[in-house]
Amino acid sequence: MIELMQEYGKAFLWSDGYHFSGVAVTLWLLVISVVAGFCLALPLAVARVSRRKACWLPVWCFSYLFRGTPLYVQLLVFYSGVYSLSWVREVDFLNWFFRSGYLCTLLALTLNTCAYSLEIFAGAIRDLAHGEVEAARAYGFSGWRLYRHIILPAALRRALPAYSNEVILMLHATSLAFTATVPDILKVARDANAATYQPFYSFGLAALIYLLISFGLVALFRLAEQRWLVHLKPITHH
Amino acid sequence: MLYGYEKVVWQGALVTLQLALLAVMVSVLLGLLGASAKMSGRRSLVALAQVYTTLVRGIPDLVLMLLIFFGLQIAVNQLTEWLGVSQLDIDPFVAGVLTIGFIYGAYFAETFRGAFMAIPKGQAEAGLAYGFSAWQIFHIITFPQMMRFALPGIANNWLVTLKATALVSIIGLADVVKATQNAGKGTFHFFLFTLVAAAIYLLFTTLSNLVFYWLARRYGAGVREAQL
Repeated sequence: MIELMQEYGKAFLWSDGYHFSGVAVTLWLLVISVVAGFCLALPLAVARVSRRKACWLPVWCFSYLFRGTPLYVQLLVFYSGVYSLSWVREVDFLNWFFRSGYLCTLLALTLNTCAYSLEIFAGAIRDLAHGEVEAARAYGFSGWRLYRHIILPAALRRALPAYSNEVILMLHATSLAFTATVPDILKVARDANAATYQPFYSFGLAALIYLLISFGLVALFRLAEQRWLVHLKPITHH
Repeated sequence: MLYGYEKVVWQGALVTLQLALLAVMVSVLLGLLGASAKMSGRRSLVALAQVYTTLVRGIPDLVLMLLIFFGLQIAVNQLTEWLGVSQLDIDPFVAGVLTIGFIYGAYFAETFRGAFMAIPKGQAEAGLAYGFSAWQIFHIITFPQMMRFALPGIANNWLVTLKATALVSIIGLADVVKATQNAGKGTFHFFLFTLVAAAIYLLFTTLSNLVFYWLARRYGAGVREAQL
């Protein structure tokens, strides 16, 4: 165990000597895909709760497709599927994009978390107390300003517990990146296992690292809930 | 239509379905055990169940799968060596079922615990007052009511388990993903065959949604909902 940590510790954390690897890559994948997924999910959630069919139907189809299939299959579609099409390889930009394991992984992760987050946000918007929206309308809010100042802040706060779950599941989902040759934590663990034939220690170490990051995320979201959800806390006597 | 690979893909789809169904049975069983342990009030059992659900839900399923799959084989090898018997290879299908069942049992434990807590205490107490045994109280009184509260969580866990089976192709099982990948390699129609895999999963999830819609109506019988 000690030898394994001495030899692969640095690769597990940030670098295998040539490229970034391990925790650095995993966190990078997580942050980019969660931020991009969040930005895409907000407008799509608003479209999802719209009463106009032309708005909600395409969004519903997108989320149904991405929530109904495994992320691994989505990654395979982007990484080995799309690149096998000859017309994709002939277009310079597409050729560059789909040849990169990093970009394919990011694309799959982003679209996947976008689909789940938009349903979480849409659910939170639907569950808003109708009086809140009526009061805002009575004060003259409408359209963009109604969403910007009233609906989205209230809905996002209430979506926080469910969204924190989604982010932790995304952390776990990044472990698929090694199948697209991205050197994340699990890739380093597999290399260590192949070299030392000590699966229990190699994968155990990876499991421990993921566990620590998960706990860190839980703690962060608990802080966020204390900051933004304090008004929904049950009243207790001290 | 699939360049002669229809049968391979079909067999893969069957393996996926069998794997998911068996794994979910294991995980429901573990989930019920975990939830009972958490509700038992015995400190050692509560702590054990807490460690199980916290650890498993904090580690990616793929990492756990590799850890258990490869780690278990090494452990078995050491045991057979120590006993002086010939090497025993773990069947990948059995390993897959047990691993996925073990992982999602932790999620089911939380679902069942929440559902158990939603049932008023007086229900079980009434059973006790009438002289029911603990098992009778469970299967006649609490279980049928718990199912209604647990159903949305069960539906969600089943869908997650079903989708998690896609990962077993990474540990070498011939499921639908592996079958379509092999077909893609053989025909150079990777795009078509990965879409076929996606379509099969979509079919399974859509069918599951229909079944759960029906179950929700069945277990929700006699419950009045507020008209909005």
